[in-house]
Amino acid sequence: MTDLTLAPNLDAPDDTYADLLAAHDGLTEAQSAALNARLILILANHIGDRRVILQAIKAAKSVA
Amino acid sequence: MTRIAQTPLYPYARSPDQDATQPPRHPVVIIGAGPVGLAAAIDLGQQGVPVVLLDDNDRPSDGSRAICFSKRTLEIADRLGLGDRLVDMGVRWNIGKVFVGDRQIYTFDLLPEAGHSRPAFINLQQYHLEHALVDRLRALQDAGAQVDLRGGNRLTRIDGHPDHTALSIDTPDGPYRIEADWLIACDGAGSACRDMLGLGFTGQTFEDNFLIADVTMRTEIPTERWFWFDPPFNPGQSALLHKQPDGIWRIDLHLGRDIDREAEMRPENVMPRITAMLGPDVAFSLEWVSIYRFQCRRMSRFRHGRVIFAGDAAHQVSPFGARGANSGLQDADNLCWKLRMVLAGDAPETLLDSYDTERVQAADENILHSTRATEFITPKSAISRTFRDAVLDLGARHAFARQMVNSGRLSQPCIHDGSPLHTPDALTGPARSHPGAVCPDAPLGDGYLLDHLGHGFTLLALGSDAPRLEGVDLLEMSDALTPELRARFLGDAAHALYLIRPDQHVAARWPRADAATVRQAISRATGHTS
Ligand SMILES: Cc1cc2nc3c(=O)[nH]c(=O)nc-3n(C[C@H](O)[C@H](O)[C@H](O)COP(=O)(O)OP(=O)(O)OC[C@H]3O[C@@H](n4cnc5c(N)ncnc54)[C@H](O)[C@@H]3O)c2cc1C
Repeated sequence: MTDLTLAPNLDAPDDTYADLLAAHDGLTEAQSAALNARLILILANHIGDRRVILQAIKAAKSVA
Repeated sequence: MTRIAQTPLYPYARSPDQDATQPPRHPVVIIGAGPVGLAAAIDLGQQGVPVVLLDDNDRPSDGSRAICFSKRTLEIADRLGLGDRLVDMGVRWNIGKVFVGDRQIYTFDLLPEAGHSRPAFINLQQYHLEHALVDRLRALQDAGAQVDLRGGNRLTRIDGHPDHTALSIDTPDGPYRIEADWLIACDGAGSACRDMLGLGFTGQTFEDNFLIADVTMRTEIPTERWFWFDPPFNPGQSALLHKQPDGIWRIDLHLGRDIDREAEMRPENVMPRITAMLGPDVAFSLEWVSIYRFQCRRMSRFRHGRVIFAGDAAHQVSPFGARGANSGLQDADNLCWKLRMVLAGDAPETLLDSYDTERVQAADENILHSTRATEFITPKSAISRTFRDAVLDLGARHAFARQMVNSGRLSQPCIHDGSPLHTPDALTGPARSHPGAVCPDAPLGDGYLLDHLGHGFTLLALGSDAPRLEGVDLLEMSDALTPELRARFLGDAAHALYLIRPDQHVAARWPRADAATVRQAISRATGHTS
């Protein structure tokens, strides 16, 4: 099984970043939080592998 | 406001023990005639172990408690001799529906696989179950079993000793004392035994309140489990509707955190809530109503020397998943054969430590599932609610999110992987029947496989020859293996030999085995060797 990729992997990094921000345009904080949660669930399902998702959670937490 | 007829089933009667000059000694005393204590008393009694069963009350528990009883509970009830009665009385159901708002987003079908004697679940009021257990106990008494059920007997003090326990009991005639070689504490979530021994009971208390009501009504609603998140009639909260026998329906309404409990219990407040749910045209009457907050907690160990805890006394779960009484009955199922063997000198006392290991494992599994369901139904933080709502919103469109919708994962028997009693799997066979799992049922002749298992160890031989061992039942099937037997026990294997424990869990399996190998597995399964 593959591990989580933290090496550059996006085909269009600036565009993707802008897409993420644009998705939140005009949303209240609560709506944004809800959107993020839906997005995380959708991406998590796409990844499918609990181990990889745990690695991602760890990577996300380790900057704090 | 109860209208449920309640007559004393085991009224207080004076026992000769109360006139004894020295406290009489009994091999087994059980505290608490709830479902678990009654099941344990029947199990031991029908295996010839004399039992004294004490309860401070004299009748089944009141009102709205357990209603969903699992296939495993029914199989245990079969061994105890009351399975048919429960199934005849109970309501069968398979379909569960989940609504968000007024929209149905998810349906599950417990779809019982064909070829099992018992359905996945029945609904039956706890008082009917307890009544059936008391009747079975009476039948055993009539047949000569030494099972002494004493109502109106309240345990007030325990003194632990290395080889027995001394008990002080209060009755309408005043106090008396008895001693027990072994004490089984089945005295419920508020266990007096636990408190008297100063033992802890730790875990989580959930802040949310639930109104639980049993109502009688005539309705066209099918026999299904309906669960709502954020229903129009109870905005922002949840609701559950489930059918019971006698035209009675169970309603759970989530009320939230800060409520006025007294006020919410009053009929003038309860009735409009239920009318809002059922609609103005449905005539109903209220049988029972109560308000609960739920807990998930357990003792750190279930065996404390000569005192063994079972059922809610040992562990408590929220009802989402119906894991309370169902798991308590499995505690009794696990314990009784071990205690019987220890009392008979057929197994070392340490066999009882495996009760602790196995049932703590089961309790942890049940607590995990019911905690998760409770968190999903009543999110305790803002972010928890955000994710929960995200799942529900996505669930309306996407199947993947529906898998995460958790209105309770219904009780399944624990698979005791890692138990010290089991012999490593030696068969390349189906995963579902590996050592630790409950032996799957399957059609056999005119009946079912599980009906052929007794109270002892069984060797189940499928197309394999089997050694004859004293004290071990042999169930040999040479030819005419049904497809179900093949699928559930052989898989790709050509033949197999299974060693099944008295509680129907698989202890060992091989393609074939000689007497010495089987003896070794039995020795392990009875705590003689590790
Ligand atoms: C709303 C609700 C819904 C539920 N739904 C389900 C469900 O669908 N399925 C399921 O499996 N479980 C369910 N449960 C859980 C189930 O009710 C309990 O797990 C079950 O009753 C536990 O049985 P028990 O025998 O361990 O204890 P209890 O039933 O609590 O019995 C304990 C007994 O001990 C006696 N006692 C206490 N102290 C003393 C003393 N000092 N001396 C003598 N006797 C004493 C009491 O009188 C009582 O009879 C539900 C619970 C609730 C509250």
